[in-house]
Amino acid sequence: MSKQSLLMIDGNQAAAIVAHKLNEVIAIYPITPASPMGEAADEWSSRGQTNLWGTVPEIIEMQSEAGAAGTIHGALQAGALATTFTASQGLLLMLPNMYKIAGELTPTVFHIASRSLACQALSIFGDHSDVMAARMTGFAMLSSNSPQEVMDLALIATAASLEGRLPILHFFDGFRTSHEQSKIKAFDDTIYHAMIDDEWVKTQHARGLSPEHPVLRGSSQNPDVYFQARESVNPYYSNMPDLMQKTMDLFASLTGRHYHLFDYIGDPRAERIIILMGSGAETVEETVDYLVKQGESIGAIKVRLFRPFSAKALITALPINCTNIAVLDRTKEPGADGEPLYKDVVTAIAQYCSSENCKFANMPRMIGGRYGLSSKEFTPAMVKAVFDHLKLPQQKNPFTIGIHDDVSHHSLIWDETFRTDAHSNTFQAVFFGLGSDGTVSANKNSIKIIGENTDLHAQGYFVYDSKKSGAVTISHLRFGPAPIHSTYLIAESDANFVACHQPIFLERYDMLDLATKDAVFLLNSAADDKTVWNTLPKKMQQQIIEKQIKFYRIDAYAVAEKTGMGKRINTIMQTCFFSISGILPKGEAILAIKQAVEKTYGKKHKRMVELNFQAIDETLACLHKIEVPQQVSSNIELHSPVPDSAPEFIRKVTGEIIAGHGDSLPVSLFPADGSYPLGTCAYEKRNLALEIPVWETDLCTQCGKCVMVCPHAVIRSKMFSTSDIADAPQTFKHTPMLGKDFPAGLEISYQVAPEDCTGCSLCVDICPIRDKSNASRKALNMVQQAPLKHQEKKNWDYFLSLPEYDRRLLKATTIKGAMVMQPLFEFSGACAGCGETPYLKLASQLFGDRMVVANATGCSSIYGGNLPTTPWAKNSEGRGPAWNNSLFEDNAEFGLGIRVAIDKLSEQAVELLNQLKSHIDKELVEVIINADQSNEAGLYDQRQRVTSLRQQLQSIDSSIAHQLLQLTGDLCKKSVWIVGGDGWAYDIGYGGLDHVLASGRNVNILVLDTEVYSNTGGQTSKATPRGAVAKFSASGKASAKKDLARLAMDYENVYVAHVAYAGKDTQTLRAFLEAEAHDGPSLIIAYSPCIAHGIDLSNNHQQQQLAVKSGHWPLFRFNPNRIKQGKNPMHLDSAAPSIPYQDFIRTEARFDMLWQTHPEDAEKYLVQAQRDVTHRYHYYQQLAELDWSDSMSVAAFKAKNKHKAEEI
Amino acid sequence: MVNLNTNYLGLKLINPLVPSASPLSKDLDTAKQLEDAGASALVMHSLFEERIESEAKRHDRFFHQQAIGHAEADSFHPLYFDYDSYQDRYLEQLHQLKTQLDIPIIASLNGTTPEGWIEYGKSIQQAGADALELNVYYIAADIELSAQAIEDQYLKILTELSHHVSIPITMKLSSQFSSPLHFIRKLEQAGANGVALFNRFYQPDIDLETLLITPKINLSSSAETLMRIRWVALLYGRVKLSIAVTGGFHTVEDIIKALLAGADVTHLCSILLEKGPQHLKQLLEELNTWLEQHEYESIQQLKGSLSQQHAINPADYERANYIEVLDSYTSSSGVLR
Repeated sequence: MSKQSLLMIDGNQAAAIVAHKLNEVIAIYPITPASPMGEAADEWSSRGQTNLWGTVPEIIEMQSEAGAAGTIHGALQAGALATTFTASQGLLLMLPNMYKIAGELTPTVFHIASRSLACQALSIFGDHSDVMAARMTGFAMLSSNSPQEVMDLALIATAASLEGRLPILHFFDGFRTSHEQSKIKAFDDTIYHAMIDDEWVKTQHARGLSPEHPVLRGSSQNPDVYFQARESVNPYYSNMPDLMQKTMDLFASLTGRHYHLFDYIGDPRAERIIILMGSGAETVEETVDYLVKQGESIGAIKVRLFRPFSAKALITALPINCTNIAVLDRTKEPGADGEPLYKDVVTAIAQYCSSENCKFANMPRMIGGRYGLSSKEFTPAMVKAVFDHLKLPQQKNPFTIGIHDDVSHHSLIWDETFRTDAHSNTFQAVFFGLGSDGTVSANKNSIKIIGENTDLHAQGYFVYDSKKSGAVTISHLRFGPAPIHSTYLIAESDANFVACHQPIFLERYDMLDLATKDAVFLLNSAADDKTVWNTLPKKMQQQIIEKQIKFYRIDAYAVAEKTGMGKRINTIMQTCFFSISGILPKGEAILAIKQAVEKTYGKKHKRMVELNFQAIDETLACLHKIEVPQQVSSNIELHSPVPDSAPEFIRKVTGEIIAGHGDSLPVSLFPADGSYPLGTCAYEKRNLALEIPVWETDLCTQCGKCVMVCPHAVIRSKMFSTSDIADAPQTFKHTPMLGKDFPAGLEISYQVAPEDCTGCSLCVDICPIRDKSNASRKALNMVQQAPLKHQEKKNWDYFLSLPEYDRRLLKATTIKGAMVMQPLFEFSGACAGCGETPYLKLASQLFGDRMVVANATGCSSIYGGNLPTTPWAKNSEGRGPAWNNSLFEDNAEFGLGIRVAIDKLSEQAVELLNQLKSHIDKELVEVIINADQSNEAGLYDQRQRVTSLRQQLQSIDSSIAHQLLQLTGDLCKKSVWIVGGDGWAYDIGYGGLDHVLASGRNVNILVLDTEVYSNTGGQTSKATPRGAVAKFSASGKASAKKDLARLAMDYENVYVAHVAYAGKDTQTLRAFLEAEAHDGPSLIIAYSPCIAHGIDLSNNHQQQQLAVKSGHWPLFRFNPNRIKQGKNPMHLDSAAPSIPYQDFIRTEARFDMLWQTHPEDAEKYLVQAQRDVTHRYHYYQQLAELDWSDSMSVAAFKAKNKHKAEEI
Repeated sequence: MVNLNTNYLGLKLINPLVPSASPLSKDLDTAKQLEDAGASALVMHSLFEERIESEAKRHDRFFHQQAIGHAEADSFHPLYFDYDSYQDRYLEQLHQLKTQLDIPIIASLNGTTPEGWIEYGKSIQQAGADALELNVYYIAADIELSAQAIEDQYLKILTELSHHVSIPITMKLSSQFSSPLHFIRKLEQAGANGVALFNRFYQPDIDLETLLITPKINLSSSAETLMRIRWVALLYGRVKLSIAVTGGFHTVEDIIKALLAGADVTHLCSILLEKGPQHLKQLLEELNTWLEQHEYESIQQLKGSLSQQHAINPADYERANYIEVLDSYTSSSGVLR
């Protein structure tokens, strides 16, 4: 048997290792949770890592998964070994090509981190909905249940595909197997060579299309032959199961790990059987092992080869005594009489039982159940419940397990206290951390240390919330002498170790519910040894006493500060874990951490190594065991996630999800169509800021810039008269309005929401006013939050209670005026200092009460619409942006559909209104139909008229009146906004976007351009600038950023604006107003600094300004309405580049890191990029100077420059 | 032919023109051009410990900033660990200069910590430098810190480093010492082989628009040389260590004055940045011509001939000369205006 090295990796890495080793062309596109496979492959190729045959695989990122599939189809047809990775909607986009690939009998393996499909909601988590939607493509389908199996079956699949000529969909559970860190055995080249016959590779190369031996493939066929030709592939399918088993057998002889098409586990004479595939099978195995020892007559079948489905192999695997079978599907086919695996099993067994020589006395009873949708927990208790259910005379079919279904009553009840004995020798640890505090990376590191330095098996799984700022992470780590099959989270009263890395969690989570008796509890707290006990909530104290928990405390931030680690506590907390968990001997553990530090920083950064060493040593000195009193002394109760005054839905559903109790919510509480209330972020007081801005009334000039730039809408301005605020709290600040636009006696307040502020400090950064005698004091200054919290909470509530100022009286064209408008996008969970959200907030201020938003999938759909809460909000009249997310790829079309429907319904309303003229006040009808709704007054008046129309319609008893009553809302103007990032607009959705631009319909398209796929972790898009390093461009992007604005301007009927709000806020404001006013398509391309730029977002504004000054981001507006007047539509709003391009890019790590890794390329790209910038500026400048009354000269200029651009 | 040979830090140089620490040494071709133009040695740009540290910290911050705790993105960039660091590149450049040039290479180091001075000083010696210039500077912003304490810090660095490296060490000094001569003698006693007078620094400038402080440095001018010449003249003959002048030496006249005052070498920077490496050749020719015209046989003969010890009126170097200087701005009563 060959030597197999041990690796601590997750399923994605395991698949990528094999895929990179055995392919020549890899086409990729980012999608969660499959992206890391493409990223790894790209990184390895960029470092020159070769495949089994000594060549570096070519990695190409495409514009969509459809594009990736097409590319793979082409590459395979040209004779290459090719693959791709995807999940969910991405797999759906590949379907058309998959039929072709299979139809042409082309060997390839697609690796799928299987994930839910977007239905009532998008979900990034794992189930088999996606792969089940691909089961009719003709791909063979092979399921892996653990990271080790991913590695093994990836190789087996590739071998079987090459030999058997069927393409294979190799899938494993997304966000379980794909992201589970596990200790696995990897192969050396001898195993690869033994498994892959070079002759097969030669055959694949030889089948490639070539003028040397030309053939025609992909013909069109008529009724006379298509059918027969379709049947010609049958022998390949009937051959595959045996061939697959033969390949599995060969693999077993090489590695000792033996797989079968259907692997049976349990009592060989079992009566009750569960059949399933995927990671859940691991939990079933663990449960079966335990229950069989208890004497239960049970077993389970793990399905590996799902297509072609081998009934013969299934029957062989089933014990002869089997009487009851439950087939578990991790997918849902609404309306079907059973899920796919269930139906295949039923068919196979029914067919077998009707044949001669059936081995069963009677046909077993078979029921089908759904479990684990979107990574829903699937535990041994649930497995036991299914086995128990199989004993009953009356069985539910279909059934569900893992939820409480009080609507259809399909669900089974399970005993949550049930445990197997799998963890009697396992060490289980749970860590509560903040996303940004390094808890997850420290834990991954710990797993690596233990996995690689000891004989212990290790498993790591990480749970995240949906926020990007202040996100909570819960790490579940298991270590033990035996392989770990538990594909579920560490359960209540099971953890040997619980760590709380942030004291703020004490009052939020019932952390010690998880702790077992004699567990260790580690708390990071600034409270000293004497007082720390009293900072714990009452329940926690009780649990510590009752469970005899050993309680340790460290002030990790103090240690970090003292040892020069700044605010980084990951090494410190990791040291604590190793020091007190007892998982490794202390000395050995500390040595291992130090070795890991040395490995991370290498020889280059000795000082960092020393700093970390100091921190480790200091930690050991500062970690204290706390003497636990015998009595509970605390009165602290856990925080209620939402106030008692919140509406019922918010309390019963939203609040429970916030508190982490979403799993226990029954089906009946959920809106069946996926509609949720707005404004829920306002209930979730996250208290993230250590410092908040404080307003100095004596300095403020009321410019409104702070309100404009606040990414979280936590600093607001409101106007009111002095008489309105007689009952104001004493500390409520306000000052008389300055400026001629406002009547005397008006006051203004700039108020901060202290518990919603993230402390990003951008408001202070933008504040232009400094104290004349002390330049360090501005009109806004950051001050510690804690002492101000109580007072400012009161002031904030008071501020909110004041009525909004009449929008009709506000000058929306000034920042000051526009910023008094109420934002209807507030407190999002976007990154602190996000560059995108100020644009959305601005749109919501200006148009929120009449806005319909079509939001492409991406960051904006996640901070915009990921449960539990949404930042989109309503005003006091109940109006606000109506929001929906269709898909990633179709957002422009989705928005267009909304527009078309609104226009149609409004036209219909006018038609009905005309028909009812004789019954209604004629003047009202005329005014409604001809209303000018181009300004706030016009909108207000129309709404008043419509209200009066509704009243009149109530009294008319006719079908037309009833019909019109439904449509009156469509007589008021609606503003359609199509929002998304550059991944959507430049890449996957560009075809649709282009079509919508060409349609001429009145939609407003806002592209939040971060120049990468931000949400999925910074992969290259066509908006990525030349020379930037991003994932999928690990060696720097070689091509220039696509000029989307220029493409749109070419239509000449599209309003186009290129904006950067910190470059010139008034230009941004103007662009939004003009875009919305334009009766046709408008496109705003908004520069949005992002954490993926490798900058600290507190520098957001500076980076925008550098981008504008360097010419990277010229500001301009192209208003087609001016063409009609014979005027030039192009208006340049920024000056010629005034600083070298280099001065901009060297400040951002995304560019600068290339000078370290590929210095020559970096220089080359810089020269080219500087030329791009100059060329583009000259182009725009000339465009702005053209005489547009002469259409010939415009056309000639464009033609000339197109040629020039192509030359570049 | 005049003998232009000079001796600096124990190195025999063919002439006294030595390009100082500047971006000129960053490019191998430019360095070769300097050698071809006649440079007798080359001081490399400084290796800054601060930058080594900031690169490490940046790398660390970047590495850790990746995690925001979102399920879809556990990082935002491909992470590299096997790249060439700033220090690697510096030492490689030093190695290249040593391999490809024949003239002595004097490396320059600016440390911030006691360990840093020693560690990086050793690495520079290992990479083959002929001598080491310590670019020590300290802005005495701490009101509690005495002049003595600051001088002691310099001496400590020098003493400790000289235990670890065997190549000659020269100290590039700031002009802001209460008693430079006394201090330089102490440096000599502590093992310094030379001094370079004086370093020029970035100065904080105020942006009147933003009211922010921005560091600024301008190219030098000949006007800055006189202060340096004075101190060379005062120093010459009182210590045995080598003396280099640096800061503002643009013309052959500047150079000759420095040599007359007692400098062993004159460093050139701004003028070469402005006019290119080739200009050194012209300066060298002009120096030769001047010496020939004035019938000097060698640099050795000229060196220090106008130091304070040998000056026609030694007191001139010590006088503040207020009145004369002011008078030079006053019109003679005989001039009609």
